[in-house]
Amino acid sequence: MNSMLLLLIMGIAAGCLGAVLGIGGGMIITPVLTIMMGMDIKYAIGASIISVIATSSGSTIAYLKDDMLNLRVAMFLEIATTVGAIMGALLVGVFSSTFLYVLFGFFLLYSTYNMIRKLMDKKGESIYTSDDKIVNKLNLASTYYDKAEQKQVDYSMKNVPGGFIMMWAAGLASGLLGIGSGAFKVIAMDTIMEMPLKPSSATSNLMMGVTAAASATVYFFNGSIKPDIAGPLAIGVLAGALIGARVMQVLKPKVIRMIFIPIILYMGVQMVLKGFGVSF
Amino acid sequence: MSEKTKVDSKKMHEETRQVELVIGKILRVGVITSAIVILIGIAMYFINGGGGYDSGFPRRFSAIFSGIAAGKSYAVIMLGVFFLILTPVLRVVVSIYAFYKENDKLYVIITTAVLIILIFAMMMGYRS
Repeated sequence: MNSMLLLLIMGIAAGCLGAVLGIGGGMIITPVLTIMMGMDIKYAIGASIISVIATSSGSTIAYLKDDMLNLRVAMFLEIATTVGAIMGALLVGVFSSTFLYVLFGFFLLYSTYNMIRKLMDKKGESIYTSDDKIVNKLNLASTYYDKAEQKQVDYSMKNVPGGFIMMWAAGLASGLLGIGSGAFKVIAMDTIMEMPLKPSSATSNLMMGVTAAASATVYFFNGSIKPDIAGPLAIGVLAGALIGARVMQVLKPKVIRMIFIPIILYMGVQMVLKGFGVSF
Repeated sequence: MSEKTKVDSKKMHEETRQVELVIGKILRVGVITSAIVILIGIAMYFINGGGGYDSGFPRRFSAIFSGIAAGKSYAVIMLGVFFLILTPVLRVVVSIYAFYKENDKLYVIITTAVLIILIFAMMMGYRS
C-alpha cells in the first residue's frame, strides 16, 4: 500500500515536469526506483518507459485541445526518430557505447550553452517568421496562443533537414543506449529549427510516446514491466501530465527555459561521466 | 511571409484544428479506457489481498487472459498497461484518417509511413 502510494505521488511529479518540458520522466524515475527504493534496474527501466508513454498520452490530450502542438512537424520528424530507433536497436554492439555516451553528452553540454545564450538574449524569446522553401512545401508553419503573454503567436521555422538528422540521431541514441530522447527532440525543434519553445515541448510530448511504444512492447513481453510498479505509476503520471500540460501554458517561455537548462546540463554531465565509466 | 501564403496558412490551420480536436477526443477515450482498467486491477489487488500469483506475473496474452478469467488482479493491470502502450499507435492511426479527411495526401503518406515503421518495430519487440 505504502509503496503504491509512493509510486503514485512520484508519478504525479514526474508526469507534471515531463509534460511541461517535453521530456520523459526516466531521468527522475530510474534513480528514485533504483537508489531510493532499491529496485532492480530492469524493472526501473520498464517503469520509466511506461511513464514516458503516460506523460505523452496524458499531455497530448490537453495540447491537442488547446492547439499547442504541431501535428505536421511531429509526424514528419517521427519518421526520422523511429527509423533511427530501429537502426539503433539493430546496431547494438556495433558501436562503442563509451564513444556514444561521450558524444551525446557533449552535445547536451553544447546545447546547454546555446540555451543559456538564448535565455540571456536581451530581445527576449525571438520568433522565426521568415519564409523557407521546405517549410512551405511541407506546410509546417503554424500558430499558437500564448496564455502567459496573452497573444497569438504565428511562427515558422528553418533548417528542417538539420532537425530531421538530429531527430534520427536522437532515435539512434535511444535505440542503442536505451535512453529517452525527449530532451534531444526539444533541442532539435527549439535550437536547430528555431521553433518557439512551447510548441516544441508540446510536439516533443506527442512524439516521445510514439517512439517509446516500440521499445515498450519489448519490455512488456520480456517481463521488465511489473504490474505492481507500472500500474500505480501510470495512473500517477497520467494525472501529473494533465496538470503539467495546464501549468506549461501559463508559464512564460523564459521560465520553461530556466527549468530546462539545469536538467540538460545534469543529463549532459551524467552521460559524459558514464562514457568514462563513472555512474551515478 | 507574403499576404497570400498567410491567408492560405490561416485557412489550412482552421482545417488542421478540426482534425486535432477529433484526434484529441479519440485519444482521450483510449487513455481513459486504459486508466480505468488499471484502476480496476489496483482495486482488485486490495480486495483480493494480492496479485493472484505465487511468484511473478503474466506477460504473454494467453496468460493475461486466463488470469483475467480467474479474477487475478495482476493480469487486469497488465491488460490496462498494454492498452496504454497502444495509445500512441491509436494517435497515429487517427491522424492518418484525419489527414485523409483534410485531403492532405502528402501527410497521409508521411503518417502511414510512421505507422508502418512503428508496427514493424513493435513486431520486432514482440519477437525478441
